[in-house]
Amino acid sequence: MATSISKEEVAHVADLAKLSFSDQELEHFTGQLQEIVALCEKMAEVDTEGVKPTFSVTANVNHLREDVAEDWHQKKALLEQAPEEAADLIKVPAILNGED
Amino acid sequence: MGNENFETTIGLEVHVEMQTKSKLLSPSPVHYGDAPNANTNVIDWGYPGVLPVANKGAIDYGMRVALALHADITEEIRWDRKNYVYPDNPKSYQTTQQQTPLGRNGYLDVNLPDGSVKRIGIEELHVEEDAGKNTHGDDGYSYVDLNRQGTPLVEIVSKPDLASPEEAYAYLEQLRRVILFTGVSEAKMQEGQMRADVNVSLRPYGSDTYGTRVEMKNINSFHYVQSALEFEEKRQAKVIRSGGQVRQETRRYDEPTKSTVLMRVKEVADDYRYFPEPDLSPIQIGQDWIDRVKADLPKSAEDRQKSYVADLGLEQYDAEVLTQTLAMANFFDAAVLAGADSKGAAKRVANYLIGDVNAYLNKNQVELQDTKLSPENLAGMVKLIEDGTISTKQAKKVFEAIMEGEEPEAYAKAQGLVQISDPAVLTPMVNEVLDDNPQSIEDFKGGKDRAVGFLIGQLMKKSKGQANPGVLNKLLMAELNKR
Amino acid sequence: MAFNYFDTNLDDLHEALQSGKVTAEQLTKDTFANIAATDADLQAFIRLHEEEALAQARDIDEKGDFSNPLAGIPMAMKDNIATNGLETTGASHILEGFKPVYDAAVTTKLNEAGAVVVGKANMDEFAMGGSTETSYYKKTKNAWDYTKVPGGSSGGSAAAVAAGQVPYALGSDTGGSIRQPAAFNGIVGMKPTYGRVSRFGLFAMASSLDQIGPLTRTVKDNALVMNAIAGFDKRDSTSAELEVPDFTAKLGESIKGMKIAVPEEYFQEGIATEVATQVKAAIAQLEAMGAQVDQVSLPHTQYGVAAYYVLMASEASSNLQRYDGIRYGFRSPEAKSLEEVYKDTRTDGFGDEVKRRIMLGTYSLSAGAYDAFFKKAAQVRTLIIDDFNKVFENYDLIVGPTTPTQPYGIGEEIDDPKAMYLGDVLTIPVNLAGLPGLSINAGFNGGMPIGLQMIGKPFDEATIYQAAYAFEQENRFFEQHPAVAD
Repeated sequence: MATSISKEEVAHVADLAKLSFSDQELEHFTGQLQEIVALCEKMAEVDTEGVKPTFSVTANVNHLREDVAEDWHQKKALLEQAPEEAADLIKVPAILNGED
Repeated sequence: MGNENFETTIGLEVHVEMQTKSKLLSPSPVHYGDAPNANTNVIDWGYPGVLPVANKGAIDYGMRVALALHADITEEIRWDRKNYVYPDNPKSYQTTQQQTPLGRNGYLDVNLPDGSVKRIGIEELHVEEDAGKNTHGDDGYSYVDLNRQGTPLVEIVSKPDLASPEEAYAYLEQLRRVILFTGVSEAKMQEGQMRADVNVSLRPYGSDTYGTRVEMKNINSFHYVQSALEFEEKRQAKVIRSGGQVRQETRRYDEPTKSTVLMRVKEVADDYRYFPEPDLSPIQIGQDWIDRVKADLPKSAEDRQKSYVADLGLEQYDAEVLTQTLAMANFFDAAVLAGADSKGAAKRVANYLIGDVNAYLNKNQVELQDTKLSPENLAGMVKLIEDGTISTKQAKKVFEAIMEGEEPEAYAKAQGLVQISDPAVLTPMVNEVLDDNPQSIEDFKGGKDRAVGFLIGQLMKKSKGQANPGVLNKLLMAELNKR
Repeated sequence: MAFNYFDTNLDDLHEALQSGKVTAEQLTKDTFANIAATDADLQAFIRLHEEEALAQARDIDEKGDFSNPLAGIPMAMKDNIATNGLETTGASHILEGFKPVYDAAVTTKLNEAGAVVVGKANMDEFAMGGSTETSYYKKTKNAWDYTKVPGGSSGGSAAAVAAGQVPYALGSDTGGSIRQPAAFNGIVGMKPTYGRVSRFGLFAMASSLDQIGPLTRTVKDNALVMNAIAGFDKRDSTSAELEVPDFTAKLGESIKGMKIAVPEEYFQEGIATEVATQVKAAIAQLEAMGAQVDQVSLPHTQYGVAAYYVLMASEASSNLQRYDGIRYGFRSPEAKSLEEVYKDTRTDGFGDEVKRRIMLGTYSLSAGAYDAFFKKAAQVRTLIIDDFNKVFENYDLIVGPTTPTQPYGIGEEIDDPKAMYLGDVLTIPVNLAGLPGLSINAGFNGGMPIGLQMIGKPFDEATIYQAAYAFEQENRFFEQHPAVAD
């Protein structure tokens, strides 16, 4: 049951990941991704019926912080690292379609 | 109102910012209105290598809301990442509780305008983080302030039980009050502390499948929600009647035209690639934790109204006004606790709060908690009125003083505002005034009632206005009749 | 010949500093002199922080407190561990010039111990790779043969230690990135139990798999560094709130009666004969020293690579989405619109391997693929953990090769990601299960080292060190060192 991944799908995934590829690169990546996906599909052989997934191996539970505010005094240093900054705000090209 | 042939189905997703001291995943302060990026650190900026630690206070607060909405608390919560890229979303994922929301299966009883009560189901509610804030310049740039980033939100998702714009409005009003009385948020709409995402669809009466949903996001006024829904009802009905199909789309409410405007058509569902957040530990909530939160949960507005009417003899209307805000209700309760616990005193406290205090707040544009008035002092003044120590007229000056933080009894004494009610002090005064005004006695005997008014006036003058008018009147009549 | 660390260890250095035979400043100067002489060829460091390191060394000399075993001793930091004010890039173009404004938890601990950070070791970009060839900045060589890869992703850390440039280095290990380069360079590399060392400040690749650990020439040095960096950190929600033992405590104890399991799957198809032969000989040696050795089965081993690549890539795709040119690091100068800022920055800023993994991860998490990929992988992970649990019911240690092959030539596998991924088959299951694992030199074939991997129970690094030390003292391979050009 090999999943075949089309170039269009790869292009869609690239869009989600905010990466752009030339047509040639897309071709190349699709091939490689296909191969890796095929490798990963080896898992289909394993019977996982009723097996609980493991997303983390930490044994920690309720590792929580008390609600106490702290000022780490990093504002200035953080703004200095920003590629563009104005009036203590991070400057970015206009957000169009301003939804959210 | 509405559409004759169509049934409207509305579901609301309401986001409420919770007023914890620190953020959900970083210890930066949560505080509205500070200088840009003042309340941010490397965690809020999504720096490489930083890790989140969840704020227990945010879980406590979320649980308060869950309990107030009669929801079942989830025993084990695992956080999820919702992946999307946006300038105000520094990690490019939002930490939320998609798979295991904090609460499920709650309800809210809503008073409808026709006087009936409708129970609206709460599908689920969960805690998640707010994004930062973007402002859009006219210079081709946008500007990002991450102060709000990471503020804990509780998102309350209703079942699609709302059948009209009016119901949606009533639901939001009621929900806001319930939230207010959990003490987790002041739910100030103008500061964006409460925002609604609206889903609305129409279907012909009798149809057993829902129509296509249209979504409107982030509306921060209940009136706008109602107005947007009214417009959508008409728009969608028109589309269907003309044989068209409502598209699945996101629209925006446009206030000036009271209409909704298309933002984008959803051809495919957003792919947020949710997955369990590996950087946070799971949260297990046992009964002891739930009990602790319950113990801290303030009494609801409804419960308070009931007790105000039954135990303190207030009118239902007054009880409702007092429970408009948690601050006002808490203040009233504290005043009752401070001694204004008789029906008369409680009524007076209520009248002051609804009348003079509210007027003061409106005039000065301040919040109750920002004034110098204390429940103890308001109760103290009311007690002075109740036991006749001061007149209601004198109370006006005392009221002004206690608004400035004065202690009522000390102030009244210092200002000589204390009312004289003792007959042993007043009787000699009465006799003196009568002795000085034989003509008035004659007039009285001759049936001229006006003479009494004149004599009272003289007596008030003599007592520098401190005589208790009721007592004085009684003593004067007694003496007059003796002569 | 310039000063190097071939004939000394942390104990000797500590003694020399404490007794005043050498100052921290002198040691640091000598270290930089040696790096200057050797690194043009080796290329282990992306960046050196000579000025800061010397200032730090002088400061330690002035204070004169050498009570900590690491005080005044130079070390190398992998370039994905945050150092306040010192450029840290994860060997990526997208973070070029980036200076974290905070210290990683391990950086703080080492600073407090008085360690001297000489520079940032080269690595695969964002730790994605097994040869250090995906670094944006340079290609590090294997310390034993400059035509061969040093392994990866902590290739710079491993090469620097193996070449005697520094006595120890920190690395990070998500699927073998400490153990594999340790094996390729014939040194000791420990990936601690998940949660043993705080991840705060480690540029995340896959949050549920990453761990920081030490690379050293000897087992005792390794245990000493672990003593300094391990421990609970409240800023890391996955950090284990456990007492940290003295990791040197069991060194020198006999391994007589120690129960060692050897998984048959670790010697199957794909394992080079030289590797299998050498490792089997090492195991026979352990047996001869009194250990009870049995063959066991870890039946799901062959599915580890698939499960790992899906889970790692999924987490990485999310962890690396933050590199968008908005708040720090590189922003593409050509970008005009916001969408261009995102896409141009990421397209120019990331190398091919990073893009491949982001693509695979994004795909694995996407709506149509989640169940067959991400969820399936997480279920397979459970089965792999169960395999280990069963073995550890009866055994103290699992032993096998670290890598299926010996180091390959530079450029040989870089265009064959699948072959590269399969090279992690023996180290990956350890990360999936969160177990501690160590690689130690098992001897040489053709002048190149071969790694012996020891896997322990959760939080039982001490038993691994005990066995590794016994093996090391029997063979003393660390006395052999590469012929580094002077």
